[in-house]
Amino acid sequence: MELVLSLGIGVLAASGVWLLLRPRTFQAILGLSLLTYAVNLFIFAMGRLKVGAAPVLASGTDAAGIADPVPQALVLTALVISFALTALFLVVLLAARGVTGSDHVDGQEPGQRERNP
Amino acid sequence: MSAWSDHLLVLPIVLPIAASGIMLLLDERRIGLKAVMSLATATALLVTALALAAQVADAPLVYRLGNWAAPYGIVLVADRLSVLMLVLTGVLGLAALVFAVARWDRAGPRFHALFLLLLMGVNGAFLTGDLFNLFVFFEVMLAASYGLVLHGSGEARIRAGLAYIAVNLIASLFFLVGVSLVYGTMGTLNMADLARRLAGPAGGDVALFEAGCAVLGLAFLIKCSAWPLGFWLPPTYAAASAPAAAVLAILSKVGVYVVVRLSLLLFGTGVSEGFGQGWLFAAGLATVAYGTLGILGARDLMRAAAYAVMISSGTVLAALGTGDRAALSGALFYLVGSTLAAAALFLLGEILQRGRDPAAATLAVFADEYRDPFDDEGASEVGRPIPAALAIGGGAFLLCTLMLAGLPPLAGFVGKLAMFSGLAAGTMPASAWIFILLLTVSSLGTLMPLVRLGILGFWVPRDDPAPVIGALEFAALAGLLGLSLGLSLWAGAGLAYTDRAVEGLSNAAGYIRAVLGEGTP
Repeated sequence: MELVLSLGIGVLAASGVWLLLRPRTFQAILGLSLLTYAVNLFIFAMGRLKVGAAPVLASGTDAAGIADPVPQALVLTALVISFALTALFLVVLLAARGVTGSDHVDGQEPGQRERNP
Repeated sequence: MSAWSDHLLVLPIVLPIAASGIMLLLDERRIGLKAVMSLATATALLVTALALAAQVADAPLVYRLGNWAAPYGIVLVADRLSVLMLVLTGVLGLAALVFAVARWDRAGPRFHALFLLLLMGVNGAFLTGDLFNLFVFFEVMLAASYGLVLHGSGEARIRAGLAYIAVNLIASLFFLVGVSLVYGTMGTLNMADLARRLAGPAGGDVALFEAGCAVLGLAFLIKCSAWPLGFWLPPTYAAASAPAAAVLAILSKVGVYVVVRLSLLLFGTGVSEGFGQGWLFAAGLATVAYGTLGILGARDLMRAAAYAVMISSGTVLAALGTGDRAALSGALFYLVGSTLAAAALFLLGEILQRGRDPAAATLAVFADEYRDPFDDEGASEVGRPIPAALAIGGGAFLLCTLMLAGLPPLAGFVGKLAMFSGLAAGTMPASAWIFILLLTVSSLGTLMPLVRLGILGFWVPRDDPAPVIGALEFAALAGLLGLSLGLSLWAGAGLAYTDRAVEGLSNAAGYIRAVLGEGTP
């Protein structure tokens, strides 16, 4: 299970970084989303992997037998925040596409004459 | 927890978010009401910060949200440094708002709500005693700042905003990775609890913990625009509208604040003593050098002010990296003065840019150096009065320049002198000499371009109408510069305060005791 999870995180992060380094804004936002997934899984993994354990401490259960609830709470917060900010980024991206007429991250096609806004 | 004054500590967070929530419900046409509300809120924030300053004299003030015990619940902690930053935020926030009310708040929708949310995020980041809440407050502050950078719209702002948002989203991911590594190795995110575990015998995986802290530090260094992570700052700040840029000047200081606090709290003593100090020193010096080169090449005041923000962040990082307490105290004093002056410079730059044709400004690059000296002979300059706005602006500009370049007799000089004398009191290793040399060169490097821009802005005769300074805008500028002057006049008291702030920061045991309660080691 550990191997599958770490491979998953690695593949997501690698794809995310590759997409982030691409010149188009849409690729950048997809890359950011993939990186966010990788990071969220990573936070989750920091609570140690457990199968079939509830994150609730009922009376009489051993503390070692439960899943750590804190990383789950952290992931939830991080998810909400990154979702909201990705949506915001998407809006800015569309605005940039509309204003500059190009979906290049620099706001102009390579080789195009430098504009002075 | 019964007297109302016990709850003073939560006001800097609750007040702006409540006010901005109410404002979102109001129609955008009631801008007058919104302006009054946000001015009242900003004033209340400043008063609260000043009231808190009186309460943190002996020990850090701790507020347990919901009254849960410390490592389990969420705590807000105020000590001298956080209160100092709160006061600085209050001052900058109020000045920028007063400036904005004159005309900028009508340049786009929901300016006031975003502005107050930004203040809430900044205040929260200064007050929180918990790493994950720090992340949440950072995100609130950044989300509001994305809106503020885009305020007023236009192609330059959107292009700069796109890069700014992308860089900060990546920085947030670094932050999350760092936080989760710290939690995974230490099992806690409460700063005091972390410091306590680090002070004891090494438990858990210290190497992995330090790796987590390094990743976390990367996120903070991106925020405080340390070289080579800070290339996003100058274009963004230069493109932002003036009041937004003025308050963004405090934003990069949040990163500096967190680095200072965590370094002294977690790595002051204990298993990872001195962790990252050399890196901070190198990054700080590189930032100062890069900022100085940048300001030398700056062609307008907004960009010059943005590089000045970078230099001031770099100075504090490098002073922290020297490990000398007196130098750090001087650097904090310098930080307050230079942030005030940089914010004033942003406001001034916007006033000067008014009514100018931006295309003409780019054509006239370095025109001063290539002018025929006899060219102006025909123009009669005798008896041409200086417009009042230009005279006021020129005086304000002079003060900003002296503060940022660190020339006597103003507070910038006092701060730099305090750093140098703090270092000179020690054994003076080679690194201290490099620090002093670089800071002196950066003073000169700041002075020259600012003088050149000042001559271009104020003395070169122009045909376009002189800029107009509104009464409110003048009040904002005068407030910021009056405070810098006050800081210079009462520099002794200011330095004594930062001395004690650094002392409080280095006293990790006192912090732990205040947060986790008596009886903990």
